[in-house]
Amino acid sequence: MSGCDDCALAALHPPETATGAGVVAIIGPPNSGKSTLFNRLTGLRQKVANYPGVTVEQRVGNATLASGREITLVDLPGVYSLSPRSEDEQVAHDILTGTMPDFPRPDAVLLILDSTNLGRHLMLAAPVLALGLPTIVILNMADDLKARGGEIDVQALSRQLGAPVVLASAARGDGLEGIWEFLAERCAPPAPVDASALETIPKCRAWAARMGKHAAYQAPAPPIWTRRLDAVFLHPVWGPVIFVAVVVTVFQAIFSWARPMMDAVQTFITWTGNLVGAALPASPLRSLLIEGVWSGVGSVLVFLPQILVLFLFIGILEDSGYLARAALIADRTMARVGLQGKSFIPLLSAYACAVPAILATRTIENKRDRIATILVAPLMTCSARLPVYALIIAAFLPERPVLGPLLGTRATAMLGLYLLGFLAAFVTARVLKSSILKSERGSFVMEMPPYRRPTVRSLGLRLLDRSKIFLRRAGTVILAVAIVLWIFAHLPLVHGQLPAVEHSIAGQVGHAIEPVIRPLGFNWKIGVGLITSLAAREVIVGTLGTLYGMEPDARSRGLQQALRQDLTPAGAVALLVFFAFAMQCMSTIAVVRRETAGWKWPIIQFTYMTVLAYGGAFLANRIVSAFM
Amino acid sequence: MQLSGNGHLSLVELRRGEHGILDRLDLPADISQRLMELGFLPGSPVVAAGSAPGGDPRVFRVDGAEIALRRETAARLILRASNPEP
Repeated sequence: MSGCDDCALAALHPPETATGAGVVAIIGPPNSGKSTLFNRLTGLRQKVANYPGVTVEQRVGNATLASGREITLVDLPGVYSLSPRSEDEQVAHDILTGTMPDFPRPDAVLLILDSTNLGRHLMLAAPVLALGLPTIVILNMADDLKARGGEIDVQALSRQLGAPVVLASAARGDGLEGIWEFLAERCAPPAPVDASALETIPKCRAWAARMGKHAAYQAPAPPIWTRRLDAVFLHPVWGPVIFVAVVVTVFQAIFSWARPMMDAVQTFITWTGNLVGAALPASPLRSLLIEGVWSGVGSVLVFLPQILVLFLFIGILEDSGYLARAALIADRTMARVGLQGKSFIPLLSAYACAVPAILATRTIENKRDRIATILVAPLMTCSARLPVYALIIAAFLPERPVLGPLLGTRATAMLGLYLLGFLAAFVTARVLKSSILKSERGSFVMEMPPYRRPTVRSLGLRLLDRSKIFLRRAGTVILAVAIVLWIFAHLPLVHGQLPAVEHSIAGQVGHAIEPVIRPLGFNWKIGVGLITSLAAREVIVGTLGTLYGMEPDARSRGLQQALRQDLTPAGAVALLVFFAFAMQCMSTIAVVRRETAGWKWPIIQFTYMTVLAYGGAFLANRIVSAFM
Repeated sequence: MQLSGNGHLSLVELRRGEHGILDRLDLPADISQRLMELGFLPGSPVVAAGSAPGGDPRVFRVDGAEIALRRETAARLILRASNPEP
């Protein structure tokens, strides 16, 4: 730590500011390691990825100082400057200047810069220091700088900038003491910045170069490994081949690697269910617990390992920097449907979940491109569809090798469904961009970050975070729907006796909508599932678990067997198609409404996707029936 | 070889591994400012690095970073003539 000897100056600062509940903003250019630092300081889970523009919402977390004082940290979006041109820059600008409604102006700023590319990154220091807030400049990736032979005189830079400067490695946790010290002591505001640096971009760059020169900054050698890897990953032949191989591996892993873990979870659920069943006397409570909670929630919980495997792979691709190359490879194809490479990253995140994907569209400057991306994102196959697909595929498709041990029939079917969603998104984007959302061909400008080794810590945090979200959903939405469904499936009582499922409220509702879904090859139980899955897609698995779980012989056969006897293969295919297209997700509808500021787009989107789902399922049922 | 209007080359004409000095950005203000923030400043050396497998977009090395640009954007970044003009 250097420069916080300048903290002697802090005496000039009223001491109240050092004791009040501090709000501290973290700002830096994209890919400078802001989010990693945020995680380090707060321990709060936060998405960290090795491509520009991941932090799209200001994330807030608390950190506890050695003195026991709590401070609030705000992770701002990655920006190259504070001139508000994109949504991200607007947010950063508004928060730092205190003009963001309902958001306190930060008391201090952590400015994080990539020490391996300091010349350019220092440009952000000029407008940030000019804000006049106490600021510490964190030169991140110090380990990388040193390994590649770069140098910097931290003391000299601190004197030049008039603010404390530390070298750190957020990924390894080095150099954090200086940051904690800054947070605890709170330095004085920085010295005024040379006004010329704020005039134009070339003048700002010249200022940054001067600062670097005075601090004897020696840029490191170029990242040799990144260039070697790019020669392979962007190779005209090997590039696309590797891309496809990566995708295939992910899908095969979801099925084969996750299988033992899923079996273990299934065994555990069955075992505890039997335990509870044996411990309780036969009563409505036991029935609710076993048929409602265990069948309903348990049948969804089984899919946690598969979802974690998917997120592990997405995490590795993001953190390593491969995703930015994937966006580069995809840009040409995206341009063909009128979108751009920047839309690729939200669309890829939509494979995990449409909600963060829709938030990630904020980096797209062109409004029409942004709306188009938001509208097609829910067509990408999100992880909530995975349990539905996995259940139906496992029930109807026997596992056989397709490409030797590398790829099985089930992974192929899954891949096909992912492709189906992708094609639907593509065609929709094309139609939108050539009609109501037509705009001039935009530009694609994207920084290619150096490849980095994903850390076990970062991947671990991601999986932990994902498990929490999944379990929270299972414990709230899915549990609630399971209980309500169980009640509706057991009422009204007939002569004081429980009714047969068909005659219950749930059964009657299912039968009432059966004529509508009969042409798709669905029975009334699926109909009930379609209604409950309006809350969230995977709820249908729990619903079917409950409905079939109430039939003693179906329960003994298990859900997959029961489905196979109750649904035609054509109906099964139709169900898969329906789920590929339908917008069965309340969270997505809510976030689209928020991001597009109104009900117009979510209503259009929901209607379109429902019509597409119904039409697609109808055709699928007809076509498959004709061939069977 | 394709020449831009006034006989100056653009970034598109750089072959892989070649470099040139950027002269000006022939683009609307918002996009040229964005590019300048990324290091595409008049007077900066730019090296043509790789490209997507199809050849578009291309990757350029400028100011210590690698930036991907579509061909049509790169064609508007005009290089200084390699021989000093009389």
